Amino acid sequence: MSEQTAELTVGGDAAQPLGVYSRPKGGGGWRDWITTVDHKKIGILYGGAALLFFFVGGFEALLIRLQLATPNGTVVGADLYNQIYTMHGVTMVFLVIMPMAAAFANYLLPLQIGARDVAFPRLNALSFWVFLAGGLFLNCAWLFGDAPDGGWFAYSPNTGVSFSPGHGMDFYAIGLQIAGIGSLISAMNLIVTVLNMRAPGMTLFKMPVFSWMILVVQFLLLFAVPVITVALFLLLFDRNFGSNFFNPEMGGDPLLWQHLFWIFGHPEVYILILPSFGIVSEVIPTFARKPIFGYEFMVFSGIAIGFMGWGVWAHHMFVSGIGPISVGAFTLSTMFIAVPTGVKILNWLATMWGGKIRLNAAMLFATGVVSMFTIGGLSGVTHSLSPADTQQTDTYYIVAHFHYVIFGGALLGFFAGFYFWWPKVFGHKLGETLGKWNFWTMIVGFNVTFGPMHILGLNGMSRRIDTYSPGFGFELWNMVATIGVFIIALGVLFFVLNVILSARRARGLPPEPPDPWDARSLEWFTPNPTPVHNFDEDIEVSSLDEFWHRKWTTDENGKVVRKATAAEVCQAGDAENVHLPSPSYWPIVMSAGMPLIGFGLMYNLWLCVPGAALVLMAIYAWVFEPPDDPDGPFGHGHDDHDDHGDAEAGDESASDEGAPQEEAASVE
Amino acid sequence: MSSDAHAVHDGGTGLSNNKLLMWVFLGSECLLFGGLISAYLINRNRFGDGPAPGDIFDIPFTSVSSFVLLMSSLTMVLSLSALQRGDIRNNRIWLWTTALLGALFIGGQVYEFTTFLREGLGYTTSPFSSAFFTLTGFHGVHVSLGIVMLMSLLISSYRGTLRKENSETVEIVGLYWHFVDVVWIFIFTVIYLVPSPTT
Repeated sequence: MSEQTAELTVGGDAAQPLGVYSRPKGGGGWRDWITTVDHKKIGILYGGAALLFFFVGGFEALLIRLQLATPNGTVVGADLYNQIYTMHGVTMVFLVIMPMAAAFANYLLPLQIGARDVAFPRLNALSFWVFLAGGLFLNCAWLFGDAPDGGWFAYSPNTGVSFSPGHGMDFYAIGLQIAGIGSLISAMNLIVTVLNMRAPGMTLFKMPVFSWMILVVQFLLLFAVPVITVALFLLLFDRNFGSNFFNPEMGGDPLLWQHLFWIFGHPEVYILILPSFGIVSEVIPTFARKPIFGYEFMVFSGIAIGFMGWGVWAHHMFVSGIGPISVGAFTLSTMFIAVPTGVKILNWLATMWGGKIRLNAAMLFATGVVSMFTIGGLSGVTHSLSPADTQQTDTYYIVAHFHYVIFGGALLGFFAGFYFWWPKVFGHKLGETLGKWNFWTMIVGFNVTFGPMHILGLNGMSRRIDTYSPGFGFELWNMVATIGVFIIALGVLFFVLNVILSARRARGLPPEPPDPWDARSLEWFTPNPTPVHNFDEDIEVSSLDEFWHRKWTTDENGKVVRKATAAEVCQAGDAENVHLPSPSYWPIVMSAGMPLIGFGLMYNLWLCVPGAALVLMAIYAWVFEPPDDPDGPFGHGHDDHDDHGDAEAGDESASDEGAPQEEAASVE
Repeated sequence: MSSDAHAVHDGGTGLSNNKLLMWVFLGSECLLFGGLISAYLINRNRFGDGPAPGDIFDIPFTSVSSFVLLMSSLTMVLSLSALQRGDIRNNRIWLWTTALLGALFIGGQVYEFTTFLREGLGYTTSPFSSAFFTLTGFHGVHVSLGIVMLMSLLISSYRGTLRKENSETVEIVGLYWHFVDVVWIFIFTVIYLVPSPTT
């Protein structure tokens, strides 16, 4: 699909929009949301959807821990247990962490580089709706009584028809395929945005670390998603059309799946964690009141992680018989990749060192990331030693390790981001008291849950087993872990309460004044919450931490003194008649066709016909819809009507030079 | 031109957003075909009781259809250069030629597939056959989508909206088209030119 949407940009005759193709007029309420192309609204949509899936995946985690709390657990049966842990993993990785990173990226990246929007606003909406379609499709599996049950990395031949005869793995293959289309479109869009649309003066090395990490992640997605696309296609063809890629009976090779999956899967690990590294790199300098230590090292270590992430995949496969040379090579590369990660940890510590630290909720979560990720990183290095790894493979030690990096790293980082950027997005802060309760319950619950799993794993408890017999010494630590998971749930509850109560408290009050944290990067030039047009005018960037340098300077004694208040530096957000891209129906329509095609592949190929027709219609409607709605609320000029052959023109003009345009002459 | 009005920022790449998007997309496509080619290489010796690759390939025939596809890159360049000169007529002629050559290549592929099927090489016959049909099939789908793009260009040309000013659109479709050709050079080498096992 993506090549067409990217490509078919000719032919729209904008001067005479056909009736059906006119752009949505808005209308308020939910209509604005489903047709929006505003990167901020799309960011909020991503965040909301990810939180929703977080509750689903969290509920599955509670069921897992209830089942394992005592020996011979009977909460769920073995079949259902297989489905629950598979869906827990798939949901948390693909439907929570990835879209939550996309939420932060969508909302903040254009703001941090001083742009009005992303390069392709409609493609941006499309990537959200396609992701949502994929996520809902995947979870539809529950309604059809047949959820994926092959584990999140779906090793063949377990996933073949003979061992997984239901439609569960088809939901997996097709659902992830659809979600992957969304990730790929989003990656291409954000790469173009960063490379082409930075504010005047903002060279790549004046970009905040968060923007850099997002850029690295988009490149990882760009190259990793097509690899799992191949793997999922082969799986789908094996299951539905009788091909023989992973079928050992016919001479196929199950190991091919492992290689393809982990060539995607290991970069994926960095796709999950680098956005949080970026968030932490914004939060810590702000609340330590010091510039980030070793900015270039931070950026280059992120890039190095991005490159080296491609050379370590087989450390997931040490016991699959890949031979001593491969094992040796991947042992070494795995040890090496700890170096750039260590650089980051040390730089965060050095940033905090000697700073005037404000230990509020955002900062607490950020320090939580630094400490918890270090534990997870260290247990990760133990996996690089293949003799030890042979003992640890497929045990709870692995489960402990990746929860320390993904929960302790990525997820806690997002919470730091929530507390830090909430006023930017919603115009009011989250409560500090509940925030601290939120942090401490989560960090304690997290360690109580996943700490003991190291011991369980080293004592030989396998992962993915649905129950265990008494007498192996597993009882105590399993019970402790189950207690821990309920403490985590309590922490999440505090967060939800905090969101509700702080919104209620803020009702009727004026929004938070600009720059509540004495922050450093470009997004804080705008008032809270961010106005729909972002910036009143382009910002001339002359240094990293541009916003901070406009507020502070050093006097002749080298002492930092204020030269301007935040209110003086911030923009008023009152520019009028700014040319903004018009909303569009077609992203959501196009994404609605994809699950239909998916159901068709599984149940009745005829269903693919309306699905494909919907997608095709949406593509052509997309191309032929007028670049802009001349009567829209931000009535815009016709600066480029003459060459409207290019249907993307309307979208991109969002990025027009920043000076607010005067209400322009009427449309010809 | 609209794309110039906004694309050029300080520190930008100097490419328009549209063109950069296509380059980025093609980078991603490299990995897609990389994965498929690996899947083929692993499976080329696994033909079981079915026909072996060395027995079944008709290299002269495929060489001719490869030549046809490569020539279509030349005509694609000619169509772009015509439009850049403002020569609408030749632009259309060469777009038509490119689409036709692409269709000829697809026709050759259909003929090859049906021949193989008659000779007992079905999609499910062996890992080799699955990998062969998947790899060449994915490439065929890419060529077909390229033809759809070329036809869309022609439609907009006849509607009068494909003019000298937006020749970049043709250039972008051309990027895609050349990429699909270059990938075929790799596929042709890997599948047909590297000596294949025989029964």
